[in-house]
Amino acid sequence: MDELRLDGNAAAGTLGEVFTFEATTAQYACEGCGRADQIGAAMVYEVRGLGTIVRCPSCDNVLIRLAHDRGRYWMDLRGMKYLQAANFAG
Amino acid sequence: MAEGFFSRGFLGRRRHTGGDDNLPPGQYVEDGFPVLSAGPTPRTPLEEWDFSIVGEIDEPKRWTWEEFRALPSEEVTKDIHCVTKWSKLGTRWEGVSVDTLLDGVETAAEYVTAFCDGGYTTNLPLEDVTGGQAWVAFAYEGEPLEPAHGGPARLLVPHLYFWKSAKWVRGLRLTAYDVPGFWESLGYHNYGDPWREQRYWGD
Repeated sequence: MDELRLDGNAAAGTLGEVFTFEATTAQYACEGCGRADQIGAAMVYEVRGLGTIVRCPSCDNVLIRLAHDRGRYWMDLRGMKYLQAANFAG
Repeated sequence: MAEGFFSRGFLGRRRHTGGDDNLPPGQYVEDGFPVLSAGPTPRTPLEEWDFSIVGEIDEPKRWTWEEFRALPSEEVTKDIHCVTKWSKLGTRWEGVSVDTLLDGVETAAEYVTAFCDGGYTTNLPLEDVTGGQAWVAFAYEGEPLEPAHGGPARLLVPHLYFWKSAKWVRGLRLTAYDVPGFWESLGYHNYGDPWREQRYWGD
């Protein structure tokens, strides 16, 4: 068991800094294995001081990579075929 | 001078720069050994482990664990510096010099990409992993390297920020072009010299 691993809800704060929608209930499909699920069910590695890595719970494929420094955000969303979210503000 | 009589630990757990020539700017001395990982800890059995040199090379090289451990190795004591600002001074490692692994290799490549179990990569100029600057380390402080710290073997390149010392390393790809690795493609500095505080792109 990797104690450094959390579920996707742990990334709510970090993802909430860049997305205006509720990220943990957003739906994705993994580019690696095709699994479709909510971001909240994915595996999150908060790499202290470096960035946030979200991985597929089925195949460990990296779904989201997120880092920020001095007001710049770097995002890599290539690990997902799509990301679908409801706009509750609409 | 107090440092001649007392160990660093006696002087306090944390010391910031401020005249300490051993610490790069912005770093503090850490007594522990923090584990930072972007994914699950790989657990490759030694009988399945190998190390390869591939890419811009006429004949790729490969060693099994037994072959790798039969290579000449050396003990080195180095300071290591993480981009998250902690440093550990005087860490003791045992490993095979990358010079040994590249012995006899002819290549036009100017860069290497270290590739690892779990998919992590990092890129370095070839000249930064040769000339006695880099090792593939399999022991830390006299003990086999623990999986959490990159065991069975990790790259050790202590003159650069420690994200370049790739854990769970399985080989080096010699490349003609520089290919930003896992953190380098996410805003971290392409080279990573702690003495010039090259933490992020644009530093």
